[in-house]
Amino acid sequence: MLENIREAFDGIWSHKLRSALTMLGIIIGIASIIAISSTIMGTNEQIKQNLVGAGNNTVEVTLYQGDYPLDSSYQQVPEYVTVLTGDILPDITAIDEVEDASLYYRRDAYEMVWNGAERLNQGTIYGVDDRFMAVNGYVLRSGRGFLPEDFSACKKVALIDRAVSETLFLGESPVNKTVEISGEPYVVIGEFTQSSAFTPTITSINDYFTYTDHSGGKVLIPGTTWPTLFAYDQPASVMVRAGSTDEMTEAGKQTAAILNSTLTGSGDVQYKSKDLLEQAKKLQELSSATNRQLIWIASISLLVGGIGVMNIMLVSVTERTGEIGLKKALGAPKGRISGQFLTEAGVLTAIGGILGILVGVGLAYVVSRVSGVPIFISWYIVAATVVFSVVVGLFFGAVPAVQAARLNPIDALRRE
Amino acid sequence: MIISLEHIEKTYGTGNNRVPVLHDVNLAVEEGEYIAIMGPSGSGKSTLMNILGYLDEPTAGVYRFDGADNAHAGDARMAAIRNEKIGFVFQSFHLMQRRRAWENVALPLLYGNVPRKERKERAEAALIAVGLQERMDFYPNQLSGGQCQRVAIARAMCTRPKLLLADEPTGALDSKAGQQIMDIFDTLHEQGMTIVMITHERAVAERAKRILYIYDGWLKEEPQE
Repeated sequence: MLENIREAFDGIWSHKLRSALTMLGIIIGIASIIAISSTIMGTNEQIKQNLVGAGNNTVEVTLYQGDYPLDSSYQQVPEYVTVLTGDILPDITAIDEVEDASLYYRRDAYEMVWNGAERLNQGTIYGVDDRFMAVNGYVLRSGRGFLPEDFSACKKVALIDRAVSETLFLGESPVNKTVEISGEPYVVIGEFTQSSAFTPTITSINDYFTYTDHSGGKVLIPGTTWPTLFAYDQPASVMVRAGSTDEMTEAGKQTAAILNSTLTGSGDVQYKSKDLLEQAKKLQELSSATNRQLIWIASISLLVGGIGVMNIMLVSVTERTGEIGLKKALGAPKGRISGQFLTEAGVLTAIGGILGILVGVGLAYVVSRVSGVPIFISWYIVAATVVFSVVVGLFFGAVPAVQAARLNPIDALRRE
Repeated sequence: MIISLEHIEKTYGTGNNRVPVLHDVNLAVEEGEYIAIMGPSGSGKSTLMNILGYLDEPTAGVYRFDGADNAHAGDARMAAIRNEKIGFVFQSFHLMQRRRAWENVALPLLYGNVPRKERKERAEAALIAVGLQERMDFYPNQLSGGQCQRVAIARAMCTRPKLLLADEPTGALDSKAGQQIMDIFDTLHEQGMTIVMITHERAVAERAKRILYIYDGWLKEEPQE
């Protein structure tokens, strides 16, 4: 075996240009597979980060009617839905996957929030508790947050985010100004923003629909003030923050289970988690499906590379008939001869595979720099490609190897 | 008796393209004999050589080597016989250009699965026997034709075979180098080696103890007029 590998390197080295050209096919095939798979996984990682928010693993658990969120502003809430209070939160934070939880009310802000003639067309009003800002990772840009007396005295104060501030105050500082919510005056005490980790980029219509209700503009008021604005028995939602992105699904499901246990009857209205991770996965599947076809195309170039290897090995067998004949005369059995050519094909493609990985990683890096997609090399894929290229070599080396082994030693010797 | 050929026939091709090469060849060679086979080109002497060396199989007839009939023994068995019991020397040496002299000599030992250390020792001993102790690490292109043929002889002998088959061993050499090769053959013969040599040079053939002739596939004891 050692001798075979030595002869393989001898053979490759003695025809440097030819070997390099043969390897080129393999290099291109492997490199494109690595580059494409890296781009696919990088894109998936980007989708996940954009949608789910790196480091901000919040899950919203709210009432659903069937597959759609129940909007209590115009939909009937069934009798069996009982009013939720903050008393349920200790049960929820007791879940292993849940780090923190907040109980809140929400409502579409359409045409409800005004500052003089300026109105908010798009956005959401939240009635929140003292955990809401922390759970969502919101930080103040200016002004102050809610104080305990804001909650206890049901004060008419509001926190708004950047989008609302720009719509209503056109860039001026909103702090201590008054807005009208459903006809009632509320004092804006501060402006908040998402903490730095969450920076969504919208690149498709799918992204857009997933984001709008999350980033369309938020107005927060104390949850205790909520009933003065809207109905007393409005159902509440719960926002939980999971320990990690991968725990989000489980955190949401368990929270929904606890909330559903408060229902006094059953029907198609149930608490469900709005799982952004699931949505991210759907988007990932969409982008992977298109890119996976590219992998097939890249595989074809690897196939062509393999045929190149076979071609050159056939030439090599013809060239070395004398040597093959001599080895047979000296007592090399068939297996030894075919083993030599198989090894040479395997070594050729393995070297091509390794070079292909280097080129592929380089390509992935370039793609990442140009398109902004994060680079994501899976060593599992890299290992699989090397194995695959060697398999290609052995597969396409088999025909020449068998041909070499079958050579008649006399013919082989006579030819020189 | 080391070689026994009985009614050996060899035909190439099939149907209308059949070309008979050997006709009813009978030959007995005792251990330690030194035989030369002479004949013009195309007479079938190379084919006879290939059959003797298990590089080719006869179409008909029985070939016993070292007491055994190895017809249809299979590739692995044939390879083992060639490796262990027969040494080949060719007109054009057939050395591997990318291997040093001693590595060329050790090549058959590799196929015999001899350990590396022993391979080198035996290869060196064989090279010393042909007077090339100074050239062990040389590559074939650094050696003269005569030296190359001596390397080839060392390669043939290092497995300690029972039979040395030489196909025009001096054909590619000048007369002085040819003389040296024939001197080595004489020494091997004195040591008891069985040698069968093909040549078309009378002077070379006369070094052997017994000369046979082959004409159009017929083996004769006497030269044809």
